[in-house]
Amino acid sequence: MNLINIKNLKKDYTTGDVVTPVLDDINFKIDEGEFVAIMGPSGSGKSTLMHILSFLDRSTSGIYEFKGENITVFDDNYLAELRNKEIGFVFQSFNLLPRTTVLDNVKLPLLYSKKKNYDELAKKSLESVGLSHRLNYYTNQISGGEKQRVAIARALVCDPAVIFADEPTGNLDSKSGNTVMFLLQQLNDQGRTIILVTHETDTANHAKRIIRIKDGHILSDEPVLHRTIADADKDLIK
Amino acid sequence: MNLFAIIKLVVKNLRARKGRTLLTILGITIGVAGVIIIISLGAGAQNLILGQVTKLGSNLLYVQPGKTAESGAPIPGLVITSLVNSDVEALRDKARVPHATAINAIAQGASTVTWGNKTIDSTFMGTDTDYPKVANFTMDAGEFFSDAENSGGANVVVLGSEISKKLFADSGVNPIGQIVKVKSSAQDTAGGVPLRVIGVIAPRGSSFFQNQDEIIFMPLVIGQQQVLGIHHLQAIYIKVDESPNISSTIDNINTVLKQQHHILDDINIDFTVRNQEDAVKILSTITNALSLFLIAMAGISLVVGGIGILNIMMATVAERTREIGLRKAVGATKKAIRNQFLLEASLLTGLGGVVGIIFGVLISYLISLVMINMGYDWAFIVSWISIILSVGVSVLTGIVFGLFPAIKAAKLDPIDALRYE
Repeated sequence: MNLINIKNLKKDYTTGDVVTPVLDDINFKIDEGEFVAIMGPSGSGKSTLMHILSFLDRSTSGIYEFKGENITVFDDNYLAELRNKEIGFVFQSFNLLPRTTVLDNVKLPLLYSKKKNYDELAKKSLESVGLSHRLNYYTNQISGGEKQRVAIARALVCDPAVIFADEPTGNLDSKSGNTVMFLLQQLNDQGRTIILVTHETDTANHAKRIIRIKDGHILSDEPVLHRTIADADKDLIK
Repeated sequence: MNLFAIIKLVVKNLRARKGRTLLTILGITIGVAGVIIIISLGAGAQNLILGQVTKLGSNLLYVQPGKTAESGAPIPGLVITSLVNSDVEALRDKARVPHATAINAIAQGASTVTWGNKTIDSTFMGTDTDYPKVANFTMDAGEFFSDAENSGGANVVVLGSEISKKLFADSGVNPIGQIVKVKSSAQDTAGGVPLRVIGVIAPRGSSFFQNQDEIIFMPLVIGQQQVLGIHHLQAIYIKVDESPNISSTIDNINTVLKQQHHILDDINIDFTVRNQEDAVKILSTITNALSLFLIAMAGISLVVGGIGILNIMMATVAERTREIGLRKAVGATKKAIRNQFLLEASLLTGLGGVVGIIFGVLISYLISLVMINMGYDWAFIVSWISIILSVGVSVLTGIVFGLFPAIKAAKLDPIDALRYE
């Protein structure tokens, strides 16, 4: 089923009288259950595209349909609600709250949701990334790889339609990075839509489809022929 | 997002930064403690001053010689001799002043009292037998002078407890029956007037900022004519039976004295009748005004504390920019972010207020202990209104000074906030 439908999307940044085009004539569709990598060098516009796709930013023109709804017409409050319900974020720099426990970090999106059973949902989510033994650790007491797994648990906790992972392995060593990619592939295998933003081909090759962007235009949009399957310690995830 | 979840979140945030939280609330704490202490001290002082006035006895009127000077100060050195002994006799007429229960003429001044080779300073008061009734005091030893002694002008004296102690405590001699010499500081009566001690008054403490235990009492004519060498009176005290009769008694006194002094026109009135209640009212007004002034001063420190909150909240918002970005990314609305920071600011100031109240009450209590120890009749008073007001004002300070940083936080763009280093 179609999840995202982008038609003639355009984004300009205006500074004073100077208009800088960032994205131009972007068209693609993403179906539920896909694992798409958006690739491009820095300054290509891939981050801006991700921000628009994840309702953090608005396009200058064009149509963005999410689950069949044209979201360009909605106000900020509705977009916040939509982010809470439909989007999970995994950032390069984890963005965990300092001086806060792992469990409370995962509970954060629930505070803004209509859900009630915070503890139960957060624990379930942490279990799925293999961190049940770290619930009451503070975020400065765990490793980088574990931090990113906490972030994935946080992204999952509201059961979103799609997970946006923005350079999720960028701050990790290769082993931890591998674990994170393994988790993302596993989530995709379970049916979750994943959109990965990266500038590394190695990372992008974990996806099933790569959309390449350069200077605000789509360069190519094709399936990955020789997909990398992350091979992490299977005992990690129960 | 429900309120309870926000409160839990905010409390967690404040606890995670204990040191800063404590420093932040310090300004508010000092301000609130200041308000509490000042209100408490104001009430205590008012209580003390009014207590001093009422200690002289309630339902008391006094007549002074001379007309009330509504404008201008009295002429220095001018002695008004309009009140005389016959006025007292006229006022004692039950038919004319029916509600007076005791009437006392007063002739007083500074004096020295000598016994053997000891000479000490005292205040002397020539008065009538009724005085203990008017001023509410009791005897420690011996008797106050009798009507016969008074009207006969017996050479007797009653000592205040301090005077008795200073003169006789060393030697262990029973003061009753001893002869002391009283000499007015204003009048040159060689050697002083010899008087026999017939009584000692029980300790009374201070009233009107004069130690009541350092006063000696003698029959009016002795004090007036022998010690002071005058023939007029300095004041007449009149005790009224019930407070509703005060105004009618004032009228009675005016009528009697005008007749005594042959005054037909009010312009020529040469005496003033004063009511103790008036004095109480005036004192209350003054102390209330002083309290208000001091509270305003303490209020300034609350504002300064509020600006401290403003500063810290601005710093907090800047420091937590990424957190705000993250919260927005995971679904926090502007309103949720604003409420979180607003609640954080008002919780900070509320906490500061509560700590301030605890310190303020504690310090007020300690001050009351010190005052009581120093011999003042001090009451420890903390009103509920001052506590409720303090909490209210401090929470309000948090909302007022927290609003700007909270709005600033709410307006942050999530993308910029997430990128913020």
